[in-house]
Amino acid sequence: MRRSMLFLPGNNPNMLINAACLGADAVIFDLEDAVAPAEKDAARILVRNALRSMDFEGTETVVRINSVDTPYWQEDLRQVLPERPNVILLPKASTPSDVLLVDAFLSDMERELGVEEGTFLLMPLIETALGVENAYLIASSAPRICALFLGAEDLTADLCCTRTKEGREIEYARARLVVAARAAGKDVYDTPFTDVSDDEGIVTDANLARALGFTGKASISPRHVDAINAAFSPTEREIRYALEVLEAINRAKSEGKGAVSLHGKMIDAPIVARAERTLAAAESLGLIGRKV
Amino acid sequence: MNVRTLASAGTLESSDAYVEVLPSDGGVTVEVESIVKRQFGAAIEASVREVAAALDVASCEIRIHDRGALDCVIRARVETAIRRAGGDE
Repeated sequence: MRRSMLFLPGNNPNMLINAACLGADAVIFDLEDAVAPAEKDAARILVRNALRSMDFEGTETVVRINSVDTPYWQEDLRQVLPERPNVILLPKASTPSDVLLVDAFLSDMERELGVEEGTFLLMPLIETALGVENAYLIASSAPRICALFLGAEDLTADLCCTRTKEGREIEYARARLVVAARAAGKDVYDTPFTDVSDDEGIVTDANLARALGFTGKASISPRHVDAINAAFSPTEREIRYALEVLEAINRAKSEGKGAVSLHGKMIDAPIVARAERTLAAAESLGLIGRKV
Repeated sequence: MNVRTLASAGTLESSDAYVEVLPSDGGVTVEVESIVKRQFGAAIEASVREVAAALDVASCEIRIHDRGALDCVIRARVETAIRRAGGDE
């Protein structure tokens, strides 16, 4: 389960070596914005070596490569792919052709490395106005795309507006990305909350992201990871209700009833599907034992 | 790979290593400065020599200023410095 995704600067050994201890479900080794142009070579070799020799103890590894309009992205992939990071995060994905360019390169690398086609998962980072408008086309452009990821800092610069804590300026982009990703059958991740010292703000922002339908949320600080994990984990009340829903459905089936109500409300297919998702999440987090 | 010019990689921050590579004649020489040199100096030098050999470096001087870096970090910094010194030929 991928609730929290923590960015770590790709050329900072002190952060990289602690990747597994920071509580995030996934860590993003950043070769893009966090690395100065003169250090791109050093960062990709360091990240490659870390992937090769360190045990991330179940923490998923994601590498943010440089965008396709730079001279760096192909060498980034050549260095890191042999070490099998779980996901490649592609910044500034604005059109399906941006994604298909990388998709084709990944297919070539899969053949070269002798691994199955589709092994390398790709997550387009949507952070331009054009990317938001093309979100569904991007999400559905290749089978290896596992999710969309919203990047609000670059997006608000492109929209010529100010990024605020409240995030009203990204309401449309958030809703659009959730709908586009879900329509394509993919997951979707929310932008980081960038005020590292605001412990209440991150809770509000993460809860909003979950309420909108995001799968999880990115972070630029280990300080935010616990709040994100909590926001995207099922609560005890949700788990209890989900168990009641499935129990009511099973009882109705055994009694040959077509319709069933719980606490005075009709239980229908979407409620059952949500209950099953809640229990699957609770099970994968070890919050319950075997699913009912 | 031929080391043609002086090059460096890494930093002097905690958990990192600052590596300098210089052209020289007469084989690969390695100099290690580390607070854990007594315990790990030989292992660090062995890793450095392994990286240089893997990159086909016949001759150069490599200076390691270690700040408690893991082996994979030292190897990364040495490789980067050597590639920079060779113009990544």
